[in-house]
Amino acid sequence: MSIFNYREQPGYLARLKEAIQATKQEFVAKIDEALGREKEIDEAFLEELERILISTDLGVQTATDLIDKIRLRATSKQLRNIREVKKLIKDELLDILKGVESSQSSADVPLRLVMMIGVNGVGKTTTIGKLARLYRQEEGKDVLICAADTFRAAAVEQLEIWAQRNQVELIKQKTGTDPSAVLFDAIAASKARGKNILIVDTAGRLHTKSNLMQELEKMKRISGRELGGAPHDVFLVIDATTGQNGLTQAREFTRAVGVTGLIVTKLDGTAKGGIVVAITKELQIPIRYIGVGESIEDLMVFSPEAYVDGLFE
Amino acid sequence: MAICIFASSRQEVFAVGERSILMLDDLSAKLQRVLKDLRGEGRLTEAHVDAAMREIRIALLEADVNFKVVKEFVACVKGKALGQEVLASLTPGQQVLKIVRDELTELLGTVNQGLIFSKTPPTVILLAGLQGSGKTTSAGKLARLLQRSGRRPLMVSVDVYRPAARDQLAIIGREIKIPVFETVSNNPFEICQQALTQAKNVGYDVLLVDTAGRLHIDQELMDELREVKRRLQPLETLLVADAMTGQDAVNSARDFHEQVGVTGVILAKMDGDTRGGAALSIQSVTGRPIKFIGVGEKYDSLEPFHPDRIASRILGMGDVLSLIEKAEEAVDKENALRMVEKIRKDSFTLEDFRDQLRQIRKLGPLDQLFKLFPNVGPLKGISGMQVDEKGLAHIEAIINSMTPRERDHYKIINGSRRKRISEGCGCTVQQVNQLLRQYDQARKMMRQMGTGVKGKRLGKFGFPF
Repeated sequence: MSIFNYREQPGYLARLKEAIQATKQEFVAKIDEALGREKEIDEAFLEELERILISTDLGVQTATDLIDKIRLRATSKQLRNIREVKKLIKDELLDILKGVESSQSSADVPLRLVMMIGVNGVGKTTTIGKLARLYRQEEGKDVLICAADTFRAAAVEQLEIWAQRNQVELIKQKTGTDPSAVLFDAIAASKARGKNILIVDTAGRLHTKSNLMQELEKMKRISGRELGGAPHDVFLVIDATTGQNGLTQAREFTRAVGVTGLIVTKLDGTAKGGIVVAITKELQIPIRYIGVGESIEDLMVFSPEAYVDGLFE
Repeated sequence: MAICIFASSRQEVFAVGERSILMLDDLSAKLQRVLKDLRGEGRLTEAHVDAAMREIRIALLEADVNFKVVKEFVACVKGKALGQEVLASLTPGQQVLKIVRDELTELLGTVNQGLIFSKTPPTVILLAGLQGSGKTTSAGKLARLLQRSGRRPLMVSVDVYRPAARDQLAIIGREIKIPVFETVSNNPFEICQQALTQAKNVGYDVLLVDTAGRLHIDQELMDELREVKRRLQPLETLLVADAMTGQDAVNSARDFHEQVGVTGVILAKMDGDTRGGAALSIQSVTGRPIKFIGVGEKYDSLEPFHPDRIASRILGMGDVLSLIEKAEEAVDKENALRMVEKIRKDSFTLEDFRDQLRQIRKLGPLDQLFKLFPNVGPLKGISGMQVDEKGLAHIEAIINSMTPRERDHYKIINGSRRKRISEGCGCTVQQVNQLLRQYDQARKMMRQMGTGVKGKRLGKFGFPF
């Protein structure tokens, strides 16, 4: 059950390394390049470093803060050689990612309600397919999926195919139904059939549409009313290619329904997903899973140490 | 025209709005601050320009423009700005901003470019892009747009990978009543061929091809896309990109362009609050025009791209032109002039107020409308305001529950009338009181404006700019 078990599973580290290869090449290799080129920590080096950090979508503010820190330590001779810069970046990154790790809710409940939210096109439905497999195959849970994206054309059909692949049950209704009504049914069905986990798909929505955000709030209210303590997890799905708008997304979704964890998708491209670090830093929300490919196994539990080690080794 | 609505809704929403104002510190305000001490010179000096460029660089980076693009852009603008005369009406800050905006507009392509059509139909339009960028939805929107301009489009999806992708296009087709070619084949090339034959035989003049989302580094799928393109020979290959994309936009756009060759871009999901710097990044690596932007969930929400408006948006200057266009669509001009006349003559009744409310609400959700406002001067704060749409519905309900006489002479509404109105509309007496109070204040404000500024400035709609 605990996420640390995964790290000891054979193959986890090897798979993770492969998955973050692109990020490593684009990020750490560039830092190495800069380190190799420059002799000392001067303004030219810092400027180059700032460019590398910004290219990860970390944001101007976070990047500048980090650069200022390095500059300060360099002038006060705490950073003696240029190699130590890399270690400082690694430690800072790990600090941010680990800082929130302990806050995740792991209390065991008989029926766990997991809500998936996010803007359009981030990969919510696909992630649910992968997550259902992970819960069922690797954690041995009895899973039910609730098709509460009643808006997008063929969203239910898409989810149905994932449910079949995973051999899990799906509760659905007609397109256009109030998503809270589908949720209500799904909770009742999960209780009656003795399920362990109920994964709720929601329609993608931009965080600026207040009526759609209210719809989410209603879903949260209904789940809390029908199932004590629910939703136990609210996962915000973030596309790794997202820029600075990701921070606003996270703020608004958190304000509306309280996000408990992040799932970063599409990390197998060349995007480095730095915005998620900025989100974790500002809003103290842990990254829980990362999507690293197209196949059903390509969703991995996120471990800050394994990730950062893999990136910087 | 719009003033009185803002005056009445402002009080309720101001508390919420204030928080956002602090966050949205906008570029022109920053520039004014930086250049404050440098006033009084006739030309832009090196000191002016350097100080300004630092702020511009940060603003562009925060808007997600790629850092390489930013660097080139800033260098180019700096060259142009140095030594320029400061126009008498502008401060150095405004002058720099004007240069930046003009340059940005030019880079984004000065005119809005439409689609190219073949002389021998069908014209094939191919949509490509990363997963989740909005290809299928954009296909539906584009088909709708084509149909409205008198074309006969046929849609087809060659996405054989994502579960239910083809169902999605079929459902969209049914919803917007545009035919979608469906087949049992699971081979993208076969599907293309069959759809093309169908289009020719039946006489559709545009074939719109929705492809599977793919990563630009997935060689196998990129090869497939190239082959699809080779077989269909599309006149337009449009890259569909997510407006919220960050620094990586350049990598994917460049790879798609190098491998497949795009002729234009559709920027989807511009209806959020993203600054949309990806537009500039994509434009600069592909050199291809952005042809359309997606601005909503409905199928008629695909709009032509206007470089000048996006330039303002990237710089955080608001999108006044879109706002005016929206207003012009929804507001009946004669009616507007009549209202202005009424305001001037101080005979603006609750009935008129309700009419206005209805008209304003026709423009769409108000907080989205407010986002189009520039965040400067007297309008500062409006762009961040949040509006309680339900509250507006309540106001309408309250007015509906009044008798015509009460709407014309609000002063006669005494305690027992208030009670009756509140029962009639299901609101509390307090809500009725609040509305009457706000209306009273709005009238006072209008009276001042009516006598202060005669005619001209309230001219068109009374927007204070």
